[in-house]
Amino acid sequence: MRELLPYLINGISVGGQYALIAIGYTLVYGILRLINFAHGDVFMVAGLVMVYSTASLPFYIALPLVLIVTVVLGFTIERVAYKPLRSAPRMSVMISAIGVSYLIQNLSFYITGGVPQPVTNPIPWISENVSLLGASTKRVTLVTPALTILLVVALVYLINHTKIGMAMRAAAKDFETAQLMGIKINAVISMTFVIGSFLAAVGAMLYFTNYPSVAITSGGMPGLKAFVAAVFGGIGSIPGAVVGAFIIGLCEEIIKGLGYTTFSDAFTFALLIVVLCVKPTGLFGEKVTDKV
Amino acid sequence: MTMTRKKTIFTAAVLVILLAACIAVDLTLPSYHIVVTVIKKATVYSLVAVSMNLLNGFTGLFSLGQAGFMLLGAYSYGVLTIPVAKRAGVYQYFDGGAIQFSIPEIFSGFMGETVGTVVGMLTALLIGGLLAALMAYLIGLPVLRLKSDYLAIATLGFAEILRAFFQWNALGPITNGSNLLKSYPTFSHATPYVVMVGLMIAMILLLINSTYGRAFKAIRDDEVAAEAMGINLAHHKRMAFIISSFFAGIGGGMMAMYMGTIAAAPFKSTLTYEILLIVVIGGIGSITGSILASFLYIFSAEWLLRGLDSGKFLFIEAPAVFKNGFRMVVLSMIIMVIVLFFRKGIMGDKELPDLLDRRSGKRGKEAAK
Amino acid sequence: MSENILRIENATMQFGGVVAVDNLNLEINQGEIVALIGPNGAGKTTAFNVVTGVYQPTNGAVWFQGKKIVENHPQGKMKKLYKGQHAGEYNQVLAPTPDVITKLGMARTFQNIRLWKSQTVFDNVLIAKHCRVTHGFLSATFRTNRKEEAEQRADVERLLGEVGLLDVKDELATSLPYGKQRRLEIARALATEPKLLLLDEPAAGMNPQETNELTAFIGEIRDKFNLTVFLIEHHMDLVMDISDRIYVLDFGKLIAQGTPAEIQNDQRVIDAYLGVAEDA
Repeated sequence: MRELLPYLINGISVGGQYALIAIGYTLVYGILRLINFAHGDVFMVAGLVMVYSTASLPFYIALPLVLIVTVVLGFTIERVAYKPLRSAPRMSVMISAIGVSYLIQNLSFYITGGVPQPVTNPIPWISENVSLLGASTKRVTLVTPALTILLVVALVYLINHTKIGMAMRAAAKDFETAQLMGIKINAVISMTFVIGSFLAAVGAMLYFTNYPSVAITSGGMPGLKAFVAAVFGGIGSIPGAVVGAFIIGLCEEIIKGLGYTTFSDAFTFALLIVVLCVKPTGLFGEKVTDKV
Repeated sequence: MTMTRKKTIFTAAVLVILLAACIAVDLTLPSYHIVVTVIKKATVYSLVAVSMNLLNGFTGLFSLGQAGFMLLGAYSYGVLTIPVAKRAGVYQYFDGGAIQFSIPEIFSGFMGETVGTVVGMLTALLIGGLLAALMAYLIGLPVLRLKSDYLAIATLGFAEILRAFFQWNALGPITNGSNLLKSYPTFSHATPYVVMVGLMIAMILLLINSTYGRAFKAIRDDEVAAEAMGINLAHHKRMAFIISSFFAGIGGGMMAMYMGTIAAAPFKSTLTYEILLIVVIGGIGSITGSILASFLYIFSAEWLLRGLDSGKFLFIEAPAVFKNGFRMVVLSMIIMVIVLFFRKGIMGDKELPDLLDRRSGKRGKEAAK
Repeated sequence: MSENILRIENATMQFGGVVAVDNLNLEINQGEIVALIGPNGAGKTTAFNVVTGVYQPTNGAVWFQGKKIVENHPQGKMKKLYKGQHAGEYNQVLAPTPDVITKLGMARTFQNIRLWKSQTVFDNVLIAKHCRVTHGFLSATFRTNRKEEAEQRADVERLLGEVGLLDVKDELATSLPYGKQRRLEIARALATEPKLLLLDEPAAGMNPQETNELTAFIGEIRDKFNLTVFLIEHHMDLVMDISDRIYVLDFGKLIAQGTPAEIQNDQRVIDAYLGVAEDA
């Protein structure tokens, strides 16, 4: 058990990072019924922006810049690639999302030359080593769960106690009726992407502090896993996404701790398949029946 | 002459011309020439794109597992055809590997070397396809019941799990773990590729124009009505899935032939995305479209737009901008434009013979109003 | 008793706490035209869905041509929630998918027309013949099934001729006017070679003239194809004109049954649904 401890701690930390990404997926799916395939790539771009900005700018400018750039990116993607297809069949929007993902990956390859970009200037304080219960780890491992919970609480408050939050909930329940009731649906959708991208940016900054470099493939796995977390928890449910993410993060690290590192990724997908076959609506999901 | 007669002659003429062109290329250019390589790659992509179109475009099942089935087909081909003498070298970390026979060599034993090797290669391709079909059967049982978005991620998940398995060192004696498979026999000319793919696409076409193909389209258009008219959804969806995966598996085997080495890494979700985008560009529901789009895409990516990667394109010199990776950026942007503004793709849901319709006017719209 | 082609016995359909169909008992004899009427939301389409296998009833059974084809009893959560009667009488579960029931000889049309939009009129009907195909996909692909295919195509031509749609057979199904689309949907159902035809609001959206044509049409096909017809309808002129018997549903419960004359004068039916004609 002692040997597993650092893995457990890591698990909670990684789970928190996945949670921050997963929320983006679940928010967008809840309202648009769209799997935003590009979200993982947005996460990776945030990492790249962090690397470039921290290399040449002071931190108090660089970090907000990461947030701003990522949010603008998410917002732009929605406006350019998803909004025009809002009345098109569902498959068209998903294909558009795949197209955006493909474009971002190719753009990143072009800009980085395919070479992983080293984190030359890690964020101070959170990247320092600390000792926890005899195991040595970076402070970010402790900061992540705390920060995640904080942000989630703030988000839940936003959703449940503000006007825009109510608009989001209405749109998630019944998109067309919400529009008919005068809700500015474009603002609601943009807000959803803004929040999702913001959280992904925070997640990226925390995630990549643990790694020496950001590669273009870096967004793929965390993105997919966060997506599985969202499905596992019940897509459309924020607490579900968070719980799912922590569970996946923990299980993944435990598997690594037990020595089956090659399968830590495959585990997540196996979990996905099991969930989809046994309870597709996930842990906290709602049942939807079709009228014939 | 009736319209159908005209169309058949038109199509046949086009096919004959294309085949002749391909043979001409093979006879005049060396097999390492870029045009030959591009034809090979484009035909393989055509096959996989058409198989994906069968599933996504004609039956309406949004599956993202193509890369996984191609992976199975590729590895099956390699594992079964590496000459026994070379196995020790290829499987150097796994004591020569667990499989100590090679199908082409078995056939060569009683058919003579040339015929035997070719028959062996084709058999190995076929086995790859059958294995992929078997995997599709197993996966299909739980997965095909899911709604479209969930089907997409479930199939994506399966493909990733398969890839993890093929990189697992414990399976190394068969798959060579994380090392490459190589030294297997391939066809150096483009014509065999074109002929094989042509035949297989012809089979898919025949299926689509048969009563089963119509049943698939009914499922895509309205599955509730299809079921009410006596079409068993589970059975037919599984059929489409298995047949599509069979051809994806063979496509994977042919891709192995084309690449010369096999690794699990190229068969990731990006490959499936590429094929899907090709299908969309060609027109979901158009076989001609998938073939056309595959050729356009591969020709552009590998040949026409090469200049964008090396400093000079169409008389514009801009080495700072035109560096490695730029052509994929340009291609991706073109794809996005098509996805956003030309959603029906190049051919929409029309096939090659339908191009003749435009000259006879729009008969369909007038009559019954 | 052996004459009845369809028998619904104690069928109850409960969704969560809502009882959509409450203990329905209904019989249809060979060759009859029977109508199921009632206000919107009374459970008529739900009853159709239970008979055709789209829904599994929460309780009860359905017999078709003397054989039991559907049966269920409250299970799992429903055991506690079940509000209906006769719960103990059924013990097995028979839940075929709609395609199985169609192949037994029952076909239906839908309240909202569900034609296959990318297909022509001819193909819409031809596809309905797929369930009677005896060759597998390999045979179909390599065209060794040419004889069967030709026979089916000839059948479709004949059918389209009988229903008056032969002149538009190569048009896209969606390019037809509304009335013809409804007729096409019926032709499609007929192509599956049914003994019992279920029509869900076939006259919906039609003007009086179209409704008259439809009334004559239903009578014709019943005779020509030796059918039994079970229909849901709101157009009372069509119902009273054509039905041999009528069942009336209100809030899921059967409130009356009988001949058109009996139903028109039934006070319960008048109160719940028909109302009284105003003195001019």
